[in-house]
Formats: sequence, C-alpha cells, structure tokens
Amino acid sequence: MTTLAIDGWFTVEDGVTHLLGARCAACGTVTFPPRTGFCPNPGCDGEHLEVTRLSRRGRVWSYTDSCYPPPAPYVAAEPYAPVTLAAVELEREGIVVLGQVKGLTVADLEVGMELELTCGPLADGPLVWMWGAAS
Amino acid sequence: MSVVVLGAGMHPWGKWGRPFTEYGLAAAREALRDADVSWPEVGFLVGADTIRNGYPGFVSGATYARALGWSGARIASCYAACASGAQAIDIARTRILAGLCDVALVVGADSTPKGFFKPVGGERPDDPDWLRFRLLGATNPAYFGLYARRRMALHGSTPGDFAAVKVKNARAGALNPLARYRKPVTAAEVLASPMVADPLRLMDICATSDGGAAVVLASEDYARRRGVTDPVRLAAVSTVTPTFPNAVLELPEFATDSCAAVPPPARPFRAAIAHAAYEEAGLGPQDVSFAEVYDLSTALELDWMEDVGLCPPGEAEKLLRAGDTALGGRLPVNPSGGLASFGEAIPAQAIAQVCELSWQLRGRAGERQVAGARVGLAVNQGLFGHGSAVIATR
Repeated sequence: MTTLAIDGWFTVEDGVTHLLGARCAACGTVTFPPRTGFCPNPGCDGEHLEVTRLSRRGRVWSYTDSCYPPPAPYVAAEPYAPVTLAAVELEREGIVVLGQVKGLTVADLEVGMELELTCGPLADGPLVWMWGAAS
Repeated sequence: MSVVVLGAGMHPWGKWGRPFTEYGLAAAREALRDADVSWPEVGFLVGADTIRNGYPGFVSGATYARALGWSGARIASCYAACASGAQAIDIARTRILAGLCDVALVVGADSTPKGFFKPVGGERPDDPDWLRFRLLGATNPAYFGLYARRRMALHGSTPGDFAAVKVKNARAGALNPLARYRKPVTAAEVLASPMVADPLRLMDICATSDGGAAVVLASEDYARRRGVTDPVRLAAVSTVTPTFPNAVLELPEFATDSCAAVPPPARPFRAAIAHAAYEEAGLGPQDVSFAEVYDLSTALELDWMEDVGLCPPGEAEKLLRAGDTALGGRLPVNPSGGLASFGEAIPAQAIAQVCELSWQLRGRAGERQVAGARVGLAVNQGLFGHGSAVIATR
C-alpha cells in the first residue's frame, strides 16, 4: 500500500482522490487543511467542526512553476523537471487550494480553466494530492 | 504630540558574508551620528529579529545593546517576518507616545544564506512553512509567480511591463550608494534572464541580501529641546492583520480562508494595511509625494500601487509607461531603487524604507531626490499575516 505524504489532508479510494477539509456545522465555513476545535470565522461561535470531502473540480485562480529544484525538505527528482503549481478555486467551499499539477505544464494552463483533483507520488515515494486535467 | 525621526543610518546592502551584528551596529552608530544623539542618552532599544542567525538573532535587542556597551537602556526584540522592522518602530513609537521614554533606537540587520529561502531545519510537520516545501516544493518565488500570472489574466499585464519596473528601479538604484545592485539594466536583459517561477524571471525577483538599517526616534519635545524645529514626523504606523475571510492565497498557506459563510472584506489585506495608515495620518493617496513599496517581484510593485490607492485597479501599467513612477515623474515609486536594487535583508528592510522616507523628506537623497517631497508612504507584507504601512511627513 502506498503511503500518503500527510495524514488527514486527503484520501485516495478506488483511485479517486478527495481533499479533506473541516466544515463548521454552525456557519458552513470550510478550512483546508482541516482543523479541529472551533470555527475560524471570528463572527461565529461554532465549536463543532466536521471533516468534509471538498469539491473535486475547480477553476484555476492562478498557476506557476518552479524552474529550479526547490530546497529541502522538498525531495527533488533527478534529473529535475520543473514542478507546475496551480491554485484552484472551489466554488462551493469558497476557497482556493494550492497543489502540484500532474501531466500539464504552464503552457497548457489558463486562469479560469477547469481542473480535477488527482494524486501522484513525490520523488521519494509518498503520494500527495495534485491537480490534473478535467476528465 | 507626534514621534519624529531624528536620525537614520544604513550599512550598504550586499552579500558580505559577515555577522549580522556588524551591519546592525554600523547602521545604529550611523543613525546616532545623524541624530546627534549619544548611545547612553537612548532610553529604549528595539531590535528586529533575524531567525537565521541563532540565539543572538532571536534576542537582537539585547545583542545590539550589549555590543553598543551596556547602558542600562530598556530593550525589546520582535519578529514579524518582512514587517519586523515596522513593528519594531511601532513598539518604540508607542513607548515614546506613552511618555515612558524620550528617545529610542530601532535596529534591524540580517546575514542571509545563498539561494532560495528555506524553512528552519528539522522535521517539523506542524509548521506550514516547512510543509509547503515538503509537500509542494512551493518556494517564495512560486507565490510571487502566482500573483504575477493572476495580474496578467485580470489586467492584461505583460512580461514587458514587469521588465519595465526592473529597468526603472535599477536606474534609481544606480544612484543609491547603499544599494547592492547599482548597474542600469535593459528590458531585453530582464526578458533574457532565466525563468524562475513562470512568468517571473531571475531579474523580476528580489535577491536575498545582507544589510542593516537603524533609526533614532524621539518625542517632538525632545527634538525641539535639541533645536530640531522642522523634523520628519511619523504620521502613521499600521501593522494590521487580515480580516476574515482573506481571499488571497498568502505565504506560506495551502489555501485561502473560505468565503462560504462571510463575503470577503471590501479591502483585501494589502489595501487594508495602507488604509489603516491613511486613516491614522488623516491623509489619503492624493497627498502622497512618493512611495516605497515592497517589490518582492516586479509584478508586485504594480499590485501595490493599486492596493495603496495610487491608481485604480488595472491602471498601474499606465502610470509606469507614462514615466509617472520613475525618478523625476509625478509620483515616484521606489526612489531608493526598491528591493530590485537592494535584495531583501528581512529585519532591516522596513527600517530601510523609513530611512529613505526620512532622507527624501529632509532633502538629503542626493541624485535621487524627489522634488518637494512632503509625504512619504512605505508599505510591506510578509509571511503569516504580517504587513506594515508607515507614513512620514514634513
């Protein structure tokens, strides 16, 4: 079984990846990564946060890439190929989530285009959530 | 009653590879000389901390006080990422306003490693700054790249516009003996430099530098007693935090706040930082003679111009192309040369901005003097919800 690069932030079931957030039962505010305790909305007294699966599709808020290998603790692949990053807006949750992009480069991306959540391995093995082309 | 800037001093920015204390002390002694104040007269010293130089960097107030010679002065040390220097200034200003001291010294300096900033070492999965590198390889320039690409999509900015910012700032920096980079550059050189974080190239992104800056602050009464009758005044220091929900992806975060329950505030974070300063000073963008804005990237200078109200959203390029923001223009932006010419020495940078404000307002900026400067604005933003705006007047 492949290990996840971080516990509790996303799940992979039958090849389908979901980001995990926390949703305030009182006001509906969503956080990613998930948090416990109380609602981060300072106008809400909610103390019941439930783990929730976030939308798997969203629109590109912006994108970039890392043309040089990022420093540790990132483990860069050898030989290094630029890592593409996209910040994707999830309409229902009203948040923008950053992730690596799988299978697309900056030349393929546009602000506003739809991407779908997937996952892929970091260079040293564990899986992390990634944004990929919408199916 | 207001707090005045009696003196300013800097150690030249560079990559000198010496201890941060050396830069901080040189700047402090220069500021004291400029103010004509002797160190034992200083009642309060605030150090802006550096987190990459061990224990002495975390207790920088004590480090500088000891090096200057224990004088019994009270001290404080603070860290607020890129806004550390402004928070240090605010702490000193507040103590003076409270009547607890007459004259204070504020010092910040850094000695930086080569290459990308990286998180403090060790295995620290509870630290979002560590995690963004571990999970995504998201460096600081990657976030700058996101903002730049977003600007291109929203406002039609081009890499040529970004290059023009660098050309402008390099021209100003060439006139500043304290800057690290003092060579004019061409747009073609910027556009031919290696891509770092698309669409930003090496020459669009500020370097990490060594440097030190210091200011001597005093009560207006103290200044008057010293015969200083027309001093530079600190009209405002804003260090506000974001208002929920912050809808902009900030360093070192993985996501924005959620707008599901509450709409985003009318003023996004950077605009709110400046707005609080305008309110405190009783001034507005129309009063500003020149601005020092935190150009971590060329594109970000254009964002800042709009955030602080120098022009409506999407119109920064218009001012840039008209030469309005260049030295000699209607509204110079980064007359010091900005981070483009200095590179970032984190705890010193916001203090260096105030040094430039004070020199410009005193008519002491030499070849880069802004004619008739009366109101100067300095703004900055750092990690973890830190930011600052300082307005100085004369």
